[in-house]
Amino acid sequence: MSNDVITPGPVVTTGPGTRPPRWLLLKTLVRKPLALVTGGFLLVIILASLAAPLIAPYQPTALDLPNAFSGPTAKHLLGADELGRDVLTRLLYGGLQIEIGVLEGILTVLVVAIPLGILSGYLGGIFDRVMSAITDAILAIPAIILVLVILSLFPNNSHVSMIGFGLLISPGIARIIRGVTLPLREADFVAAARISGVSELQIMARHILTAVLRTAIIQASFVAASALHFVVALGYLGLTASPGQPDWGQMVAVAATQITSHPWLLVPPGGLVALTVLALILFGNALRDSSANVNQVAAMAEPVLPVGPPTPVAPVKDAQLPAPDALLAVRDLSVVFSNRKNQTRIVDGVSFDVRPGETVGLMGESGAGKSITALAILRLLPGAARLTGGQVFFEGRDLVALNDREFDRLRGTTLGLVSQEPLSSLDPTFTVGSQLGELVRRHDRVSGPKLKARCLELLNQVQLPDPARVLKSYPHELSGGMAQRVALAMALAGRPRLLVADEPTTALDVTVQKEILALFRKVQQETGMAILLVTHNFGVVADICDRVFVMYAGQVFEDAGVYELFRRPLNPYSQGLLRANPAKAQPGQPLQVIPGRVPSPGNWPPGCRFAPRCPYAQPECTTRFIPLVETGQGRLSRCIRLGELVEKELL
Amino acid sequence: MFKIIGYRLLVSLPLLFFVTALTFFLVSFTPGDPAVVILGQNHTPEEYQRVREQLGLTQPLLVRYGDWLGDIVQGNLGTSIFNQEPVVAILNSRVGVTLSLVLGTTLVSTLVGVGLGLASALRRGFLATIVDTVSLLGFALPNFWLALVLVAIFSIGLHWLPAIGYVDPATSPGDWLRSLVLPVLVLSAPIIGVLAQQTRNAVLEVLDRPFIQTLRAGGASPASILFRHILRNAAIPIVTVVGLTFVGLLSGTVIVETVFALPGLGGLAVQATSRHDLPIIQGVVFYFTVIVIVVNLLVDLAYAWLNPRVRVA
Repeated sequence: MSNDVITPGPVVTTGPGTRPPRWLLLKTLVRKPLALVTGGFLLVIILASLAAPLIAPYQPTALDLPNAFSGPTAKHLLGADELGRDVLTRLLYGGLQIEIGVLEGILTVLVVAIPLGILSGYLGGIFDRVMSAITDAILAIPAIILVLVILSLFPNNSHVSMIGFGLLISPGIARIIRGVTLPLREADFVAAARISGVSELQIMARHILTAVLRTAIIQASFVAASALHFVVALGYLGLTASPGQPDWGQMVAVAATQITSHPWLLVPPGGLVALTVLALILFGNALRDSSANVNQVAAMAEPVLPVGPPTPVAPVKDAQLPAPDALLAVRDLSVVFSNRKNQTRIVDGVSFDVRPGETVGLMGESGAGKSITALAILRLLPGAARLTGGQVFFEGRDLVALNDREFDRLRGTTLGLVSQEPLSSLDPTFTVGSQLGELVRRHDRVSGPKLKARCLELLNQVQLPDPARVLKSYPHELSGGMAQRVALAMALAGRPRLLVADEPTTALDVTVQKEILALFRKVQQETGMAILLVTHNFGVVADICDRVFVMYAGQVFEDAGVYELFRRPLNPYSQGLLRANPAKAQPGQPLQVIPGRVPSPGNWPPGCRFAPRCPYAQPECTTRFIPLVETGQGRLSRCIRLGELVEKELL
Repeated sequence: MFKIIGYRLLVSLPLLFFVTALTFFLVSFTPGDPAVVILGQNHTPEEYQRVREQLGLTQPLLVRYGDWLGDIVQGNLGTSIFNQEPVVAILNSRVGVTLSLVLGTTLVSTLVGVGLGLASALRRGFLATIVDTVSLLGFALPNFWLALVLVAIFSIGLHWLPAIGYVDPATSPGDWLRSLVLPVLVLSAPIIGVLAQQTRNAVLEVLDRPFIQTLRAGGASPASILFRHILRNAAIPIVTVVGLTFVGLLSGTVIVETVFALPGLGGLAVQATSRHDLPIIQGVVFYFTVIVIVVNLLVDLAYAWLNPRVRVA
């Protein structure tokens, strides 16, 4: 009863536009052992209390004074109370009144909350706003106190109390129903009904009602749990039951008077209430989960295959040793994404180098694994992703072998990051000065005016106008371009040697993109740091990169200087990407696209992973592992038909 | 800041109005004669007349309501039917107990719940299972029963804490604290689980936000990321939940004050219900509503302090 706020957990709804399949909920439910156990328990409780006169071993008021306070014995399975009345019998006889009270509560909620919820969700407007205000008001009053008002006017009337309880709970449930109704208003099947001339009232009564019924049923089990607490508490307080009655709450109240000498008496009634409420909540949870499963069935399930044996490493130069002049050398990097059931490889043996002061593009379509590769280098992989192999050498030192504390020392000072969403990459609750200052203080160990001076210097370096004002601003007061400059300033605070920029301009306007790229170039000239730029945009690559690695399906497909790559890509995938670049489109010619889409990790085809989309694919492409091979002039490409295609001038 | 306070108070007035009207008209529209319900069948005509006047039943409805509102504005909530004392005096002598209880519970459940939720977000698995179990049990166990079980264990079995009763802090601060331990524990039980789960969800959500990556990559200290950035951002939804659980907490005091025989407002309401002392119950409703309004105001202020976007708007 102390929880006026119900709904433990999220409310699951069907997606807009889909009509929920009938009976599927019930079918999914019976497959859940938890639902069967809890549902069975509840059914037994209900049946047992209905059949109390038939199955109870005694009369509820039958005295057995010699056995008063007997604990659980063969004669009294759950013991006997202070007058020797059988506890089990009294629980059985008391059940019905409790269940009637709970039912009254649930029915009131359903009768009131469903129509109100549907009406405010479907009609919206003034009705919705008035309902919302009333709901706020009712949710602000402790339900029990108003029920006490009712009880002082209707003494001992548990029916009126439970209906009152239902009325006070209803607005909260109506709000949930409203939330489910809102998207349905625009759903396809509702639109179809409206077009075919079905009246609004009929739409609500027939289509919306059936759609929200599942949510209502799930909520009903949580309402039942609250109602049970409530009805038992009223009995305990002696407001709806008197001491002689076989009432669950009164049994606890009587037990309380014997607590010093016979604490056992507390156990059966309290335990029964706790178990029943537990069963109701778990049953509700099972309902909700089944409902979620039903929705998943409707959605396209993405098959995830178990991770296979690691792909053999391509025989590329001395793959395991970093080039002597490399600042960063990534070797055979592999990342696996694991959930409860499966492991899926998302980055598969990636190797590349970045030299000091160089800007290197990591290029590919979404899903190629380029961002994950970058995050793996920075040891910022999301929870489910794990580095499963490979090395990351920085100036010859293997970063993968460092422990977390050692690696943390490199953050900001050696490796920096600028990420994709400029606004969300700043903490919204702190000013720019606060979060930038925090990093400066940590790296430079300065405070006071020196700290402020360095912050202003950084903001000047990223060419922000009026840096003093920006320092005092919160992120939501900045534009996207300004926020990205601040993010860059934060990345530069520790003077990193290598800056990883993950799609740094994707979320920005085209004109702002140009400015930010120009800023990267300027900062790089001033600081001499290297940049690893993750992007799907050839324009960005052409604008700023010296070299580029084209990634596809977790592998590097081509490695070339930018100029060479643009002049002549030596891989069918790079060629396809270049031709699909809108900037290169010829007037009057249709824009070329690569047919098909990037296979999701776990669905990589055998052999060449690009083969299903490749215009030059032959049967041999799909039969064996395709290595990354040198093609001369320091270029690498992954294609077994390369020589042939070059000869025929197809590439 | 003053703008927020002013706005909130302005929005709260209708709520107060609504609640008082609700209880007032509930009495007026009750079928039968409330005076008879209150007095029972055996009463003298004088008693009957007195109760009718006390409830204002002798005058037209709207006049009564206007008088009643006017009285409230002057700080007069009528007199108790049971012992003729002014309702305001009775309630004021008891409100401190209820406030100690709800403030203590809010403090304990927030500290434990947020701590537990934070820990379980950072170390999933075992701790998360504990949080889910605590949350489920906290909801499932009836609070009056949990109270009695704790009394059986800690008061009767171990003699650590008093079973029932309340000690004024002016008399003995130590005994005051001891008398609050079990009631606060019982009231906290359902809230700790809810807060822990909400905190875990909020922290996990914040952990996924890009700015955490920016700060980590930029070299901010892990302690600062956790306590400055994650906690502050997660606190925004948590504060809302604390406000929501508070209403349920007030409901809980009704039961818990009765079980522990604490002389607070909730226990008084139960007594008044069995004595049919309507003015007292109406007074408790009024006090509870005022407490909820104040708490909502505090929640709004905390929200604005935590979230600069609200502050500017």
